[in-house]
Amino acid sequence: MKFQQCTLSNGLTLIAETNPAVYSVAAGFFVRTGSRDETSEVSGVSHFLEHMAFKGDDKFSADDINRVFDEIGAKYNASTSEEVTMYYAAVLPEYLERALDLLSSLMQPSLRSEDFDMEKNVILEEISMYEDQPSFTCYDHIMATHFAGHPLGQSILGSHASITALTADQMQAYHRSRYHTGNITLAIAGNCRFEDAVALAEKYCSRIPQGQPSRLLPPVEAQRNSRLIVRESSLQQHIMEMGVGPDSRDELRFAAELLSVVIGDDSGSRLFWELVDPGHAEAADLSYSEYDGAGSWMSYLSCSPEQVAENLERFHKVFADVNTNGITADELEQARNKVASRVVLRGERPMGRLSSLGGNWMYRQDYRSISDDLKSVRSVTLDEIRKVLDQYPLAMTTTVGVGPLAEL
Amino acid sequence: MSQPINSFRLANGLLVIVEPMQDVQSAALTLLVPSGGVRDPQNKCGTAAILTEMFSRGAGGLSARELCAAMDNLGLQRGVHVGSAHINFTGATTADRLCDALPYIGHMVTQPHLAEEDFEPARDLVEQSLMSMEDEPRQRLGKMLREYSYAAPWGSAAEGELDHLENISIEDIRNHYAQNMAPDEAILGIAGNIDPGQIRDAVEAVFGSWKSCPSLEPERGRLPQSPFHIEHDSAQTHIGLAWDTIPYSHERYYEAWAAISLLSGGMSSRLFTEVREKRGLCYAISASLSTLRDEGRVFAYAGTTPERAQETLDVTVAEILRLHEGITDDELQRCKARAKSSLIMQQESTTSRASSLARDIYHLNRVVTLDEINARINALTTEQVREFAVEYTPKSMVLVTLGPQGLDPACVTSL
Repeated sequence: MKFQQCTLSNGLTLIAETNPAVYSVAAGFFVRTGSRDETSEVSGVSHFLEHMAFKGDDKFSADDINRVFDEIGAKYNASTSEEVTMYYAAVLPEYLERALDLLSSLMQPSLRSEDFDMEKNVILEEISMYEDQPSFTCYDHIMATHFAGHPLGQSILGSHASITALTADQMQAYHRSRYHTGNITLAIAGNCRFEDAVALAEKYCSRIPQGQPSRLLPPVEAQRNSRLIVRESSLQQHIMEMGVGPDSRDELRFAAELLSVVIGDDSGSRLFWELVDPGHAEAADLSYSEYDGAGSWMSYLSCSPEQVAENLERFHKVFADVNTNGITADELEQARNKVASRVVLRGERPMGRLSSLGGNWMYRQDYRSISDDLKSVRSVTLDEIRKVLDQYPLAMTTTVGVGPLAEL
Repeated sequence: MSQPINSFRLANGLLVIVEPMQDVQSAALTLLVPSGGVRDPQNKCGTAAILTEMFSRGAGGLSARELCAAMDNLGLQRGVHVGSAHINFTGATTADRLCDALPYIGHMVTQPHLAEEDFEPARDLVEQSLMSMEDEPRQRLGKMLREYSYAAPWGSAAEGELDHLENISIEDIRNHYAQNMAPDEAILGIAGNIDPGQIRDAVEAVFGSWKSCPSLEPERGRLPQSPFHIEHDSAQTHIGLAWDTIPYSHERYYEAWAAISLLSGGMSSRLFTEVREKRGLCYAISASLSTLRDEGRVFAYAGTTPERAQETLDVTVAEILRLHEGITDDELQRCKARAKSSLIMQQESTTSRASSLARDIYHLNRVVTLDEINARINALTTEQVREFAVEYTPKSMVLVTLGPQGLDPACVTSL
């Protein structure tokens, strides 16, 4: 694998990790924009725009885009998070040009109003679909509650009301303000030659306007909040809790990742042995998320309503013990081995490499090879784990529940 | 794309298929043991599911924690899943460590402790996951749709039934293990950057002493009749449709595959275009093939808000019924292109190859190479696919819905 990068004539950054030993190539536009960059009037516009991108431009109609992606057998899609909107396709090497032609058209969509009105229905259905998934509902509310007053608390999908009220003009304005070369990275991973990638990128990306949109990075003020969404007919109760963790530029993030594996991986972790193995809970885990200028611990519990109180006590006991006593060398070694294997297996396929390649660049303008990641994982020490726990103890400040319970 | 595939059978009956892959760093395995939910005793639906929860709770000379630590330290990503036909053990790690990891999987399969004190926690977990499923409309609908599509026990939920769990005891679990967890018809698929000779030695050492115990397939029971509606205070109405098609083992399988690809294969497929893109009726809509060894179904799903649910149902059924109309070369070409690219990308994934190897043996008694699939797909003509679609136009359909109110099933009942 070989990493190369260049800046195109219009200022767009191209990064590529080429590997002649794989059979496919994946390409993706990573746009540094998401729900945190929205005002409340246009809540959900980033995600809606991601859908609208597939409705075509002057050259391709909506039907063309779906048809041609299928003609070249692409595995393609897009996703929107709080901070990044990404559009990607994995194809056989001979179709890289067609794929880039299509993907680049997604950056400058026409946003026709008849398409906008039709797609609005699909977005509203998507919102309803997620309402029927309790764990998703819980996630949406914990983000809104934990980051209340902070841009990260803004919903990715938006609400029925905000989407219904949104206009095509508002979306045009949002697009004009966010989709500039300074805010977009084109990443390519897999079987292709770098020179070819550069030539294709020059050919198809020249229309993306120059510019460097900004993002507000206010500090996160720790919230002490809890909220329960009552669903009387549900059988299970879902609880998420959140606390403050290291941000995406913090060197402690590897230690934080390993700590979350020791404490809250879905098997073999402390929470697993305390809650899941004995059958007290269906799910009991802890994850660490890094954001631009922020970071969080998030725990998740799913169990029958009668067991919630005892289970939350078990969670907090595990956290208190770790905060005081740390973890053992054996636990750390086990987590290192687990994570190292994940890094290798995920990195085996171009699609797996693409997200890591793009993600590192989005957050840190940094390239990290698989061996860089392995080295970082291997070199985390108990001292660093201690440092994470001192600076960012497992102390949850926000609680959200979805299920039959009206109080905890 | 050709690949040398090795296979051998141990004296106890276990069939092993090994596909070496050169350009990868990992190796993966899938072990199918014919001890799935269809073999649950009557009124004890969930027996296989609880047994599945027991394997990691101590095996061989190792406690649950020792077993877990040993496998984690080998970087072994693994799972044990219950299906209708099989309990399925999967594992993947870097290729150099697969032989070291095999003994631990072997312990779980051949010497699980099945201790009394681990039974309740395992049953509690199965119960909790069934309760979660009840709260997830789409999952619950999928379970019901299967139940109305295949006669019991093939339609029964391998995950179990909430009201059966209290009938199940540790003795049932041990009996299920003793009667069904045998190598006789078990299949082990392994793919990755490995040396077949070395793998063979390791497999023989680990599974050679696994005791043979022949067993019979269960008989078919009743099939409940739809349309059926489940009242649920969900945001969307969830619609499930099913109809008969041919199984994977049928000689015309690739025609069936192409027909369903036209209907729901990519974002330019008919259901996506007509129901979502042109009418904006839903976000999620799909149709896919389901197969047993000797029968097959198409399962279709759409989720939509109640006020649009009737139109969604009517439009979806109309598209399904007119599938044979106007099939173009371009349309088929797109299905072929997607298939070709998936086949080639499969060579980057040891996990997906290992599971395909085992699945092929179960359904066909042989492995279909990627070259053969490619050739079969290339040879398809629009005329063949049209004829298939005409011949297999649904003559009746199963309709199951879940949501605040039921729908008028006329478009289905009038078939």
